[in-house]
Amino acid sequence: MSGLLMPALDQEVMSRRSQIVSALQSIVPGEGVVSDEHEMRVFESDGLTAYKALPFIVVLPETVAQVAEVLKYCSDNGIKVVPRGSGTSLSGGALPLEDAVLLVMSRFSRVLDIDYPNRCAVVQPGVTNLGITHAVAREGFYYAPDPSSQIACSIGGNVAENSGGVHCLKYGLTANNVLGIEMVTIEGEIIRLGGKHLEADGYDLLGVITGSEGLLGVVTEVTVRILQKPETARALLVGFPTSEDGGQCVADIISDGIIPGGMEMMDRPAIHAAEDFVHAGYPLDVEALLIVELDGPEAEVDYLIERVEEIAKKNKSSTLRISNNEDERNNFWAGRKAAFPAVGRISPDYYCMDGTIPRKELPTVLARMRELSDHYNLRVANVFHAGDGNLHPLILYDANVPGELEKTEEFGADILRLCVEVGGVLTGEHGVGVEKRDLMPEMFTEDDLKQQQRVKCAFDPDQLLNPGKVFPQLHRCAELGRMHVHKGNVPFPDLPRF
Amino acid sequence: MSDVMEADLHPKANEDVLAAIKWAAAEEVPLEVIGHGSKRALGRPTQTAHTLDMSSLTGVTLFEPEELVLSAKAGTPLSEIYELLEKHNQELQFEPVDLGTMLGGAVGFGTLGGLVNTNICGPRRLKYGSVRDHILGITAVSGRGEVFKSGGRVVKNVTGYDLAKGVTGSYGTLTVLTDIIVKILPKAETEQTLSIYGLSDAQATEAMALAMGSSAEISGAAHLPANLANGTAATLLRLEGFAPSVEYRIEALGKLLADFGTHERLDEHTSKAQWWAVRDCLPFAGETSPVWRISCTPSKGYRIVDAIKAAITADAFYDWQGGLIWLQVNEETAYADMVRAVVEANGGGHATLIRADAVTRQSVSVFQPQAPALTALSKRYRENFDPNGVLNPGRMVEF
Repeated sequence: MSGLLMPALDQEVMSRRSQIVSALQSIVPGEGVVSDEHEMRVFESDGLTAYKALPFIVVLPETVAQVAEVLKYCSDNGIKVVPRGSGTSLSGGALPLEDAVLLVMSRFSRVLDIDYPNRCAVVQPGVTNLGITHAVAREGFYYAPDPSSQIACSIGGNVAENSGGVHCLKYGLTANNVLGIEMVTIEGEIIRLGGKHLEADGYDLLGVITGSEGLLGVVTEVTVRILQKPETARALLVGFPTSEDGGQCVADIISDGIIPGGMEMMDRPAIHAAEDFVHAGYPLDVEALLIVELDGPEAEVDYLIERVEEIAKKNKSSTLRISNNEDERNNFWAGRKAAFPAVGRISPDYYCMDGTIPRKELPTVLARMRELSDHYNLRVANVFHAGDGNLHPLILYDANVPGELEKTEEFGADILRLCVEVGGVLTGEHGVGVEKRDLMPEMFTEDDLKQQQRVKCAFDPDQLLNPGKVFPQLHRCAELGRMHVHKGNVPFPDLPRF
Repeated sequence: MSDVMEADLHPKANEDVLAAIKWAAAEEVPLEVIGHGSKRALGRPTQTAHTLDMSSLTGVTLFEPEELVLSAKAGTPLSEIYELLEKHNQELQFEPVDLGTMLGGAVGFGTLGGLVNTNICGPRRLKYGSVRDHILGITAVSGRGEVFKSGGRVVKNVTGYDLAKGVTGSYGTLTVLTDIIVKILPKAETEQTLSIYGLSDAQATEAMALAMGSSAEISGAAHLPANLANGTAATLLRLEGFAPSVEYRIEALGKLLADFGTHERLDEHTSKAQWWAVRDCLPFAGETSPVWRISCTPSKGYRIVDAIKAAITADAFYDWQGGLIWLQVNEETAYADMVRAVVEANGGGHATLIRADAVTRQSVSVFQPQAPALTALSKRYRENFDPNGVLNPGRMVEF
């Protein structure tokens, strides 16, 4: 992946740069167009920092009309556009292209309407995920999906990536918490899907846009469901002698009809790194550590804590602690929440992967991962959204050692292939972006991918929006749209003719 | 085409579906696609010479209760799936709706494919989402005659566009589904309903909003006006879960809503019967006059009903905290333009004509007409699945 191939630069467009800058300045006046190389440097990378590219021009529009005009101008002039929220994508979804306008939505930062009776909030896409919760916290509400970057990531970016988080086991992903959007197509058309009502009409284009990684349109307004904060939350911290026991415990909790607010697992290397860093009191003699958080009415939480405790004991837990107050609960989480920086302390660099597997495959996958770790001679620590099978292996490496990044990426690719092999998927919540783009054929056939690209053609016929992301191969829409069958010219002569 | 052999349009395996659609695409022969035909009275009627009958493409192909996942062929009877889930004390959490009785047909029919293609779900929509929120993956044959899959068997998945959602609710106009992977969940241990009596529609809306904004975790909020509830209006608030939790929450909810009037707790048995009636729209069973299903901003529901009732004779009740209106027009005409204008003037949403004779469904827009830019986008979207328009042409809109 380090030798990432991106779409050929459009030299013709690049030769018209000054003219394009002026045209964009006339649409977005003032500081809204950034064309100075030094000022554009801050945008050269997103959360996948291994990749950098200087944007062609950066535009920060302030109004929907400006977004529409910028997109229409780019569409009319064949200029590529890369949309960007806060730029926290871990898969390179917001990686700039050297011949593309980087459309930064951060000035869309207003909360437009909070509607408590209808339990929803209408916000601009640049509002941060946590910003929504802050805006409604006074009345005891919150926005449920909580990606770990929630302090910085924008809701527009969450829609683009269909972001998850620890709490999505119980409360769903972004797709399940968005009621409506306003978006602008590359042709500058403003389209509204859904709203404050519970279901959008017609084809579920809202479902398609959510998680489309900026390839289908630019979101300019989002209506989200807000929820009343659970009355209380308590957690169990449970250690197991083997990952099999931990995995079985997770399966038994869910089979029992219990959907915890969060259920996180760490393997031995992750436990040790976290404990060394934050001294949360994690047991060091276990192979798997499980945090189970139960939230809801006090009576329910107290009742379920006991049930989960029984299930854990039945599954040979070797250590078990139950939080009795908020300090203890936060302490249980402290190590898990600091897992990434903790791993960062024991290695110059780490690379975070994001596959999902059927839960029951966890022991197999961990065992195979250990073999791969030996093979590549690279350490790996695992944190795992255990309830939904979303695995985050952190591969430890040193970018200053020649060839080690490449080796790490190969290791990562092998892990994702393994996830697909056992019935899982390439990415659970970080997105495909450029990172997993070339692995898409591991999961999809050519026809699968062509049908997806045809959907793109319906939204973006000239493929100007975020090209080079998600799909390993670009096909022109005319080619994709061609029917290989024509009336009277049937290519399957052996098929039965009714 | 009079020599069509029926058997060839009764696929028993995925290859048969592919062959049939390849033929239809090549010959540009439109097909009506049906399962049990239990939802044939929904949507615009199609006018095709041929029918692709999916009811023989059946069977549960993967069922892992501990992994909360089930995969089945699209023609699998829902009754077979329910029976299997019941044995493991599990269910489809979105509460599938059976409109058979209300539409004057048989009850208990329908296939998984039909369920996904219509995306109609029950009272739990409010808390757990719709059909589209529970479909994890699909395999389908597009109208181009190509097999493709999307999604997978795991819940957490953002690999590529979510075309499982993208085809849910498409009334068979994009693809013919062959395999569907659905998320299943354990049944709630028990349920109770708090029923408040005698509220006006406006008061009920206020009570439901207060309840939904509390931490009572309500999984159903409906209101039946007096004429549809044996003479006394009933506002129903359902609580499901573990027994101690339900007990605790219903106690708290009763206190919270004490000022709204007399209330009663309905036990599990009575509660289930009540919600069954709401879910399947039983108050309007036994009639033939037009029925609308209106999705709107919950707090605006009663205003919409008021405005419609000011213009015509109609009955209505509410689900989804007021955000779903079932409205029966007690006249011959459906009054589509008026109904939609009222919705538009009250916060927006959409109105679907659920019950009407075929002639009416042919002549008025069954589904809400969309803004021009969205209509054009939807048309391009459809054409990229089914360029020749061979799958259920005209079922949703005229294109």
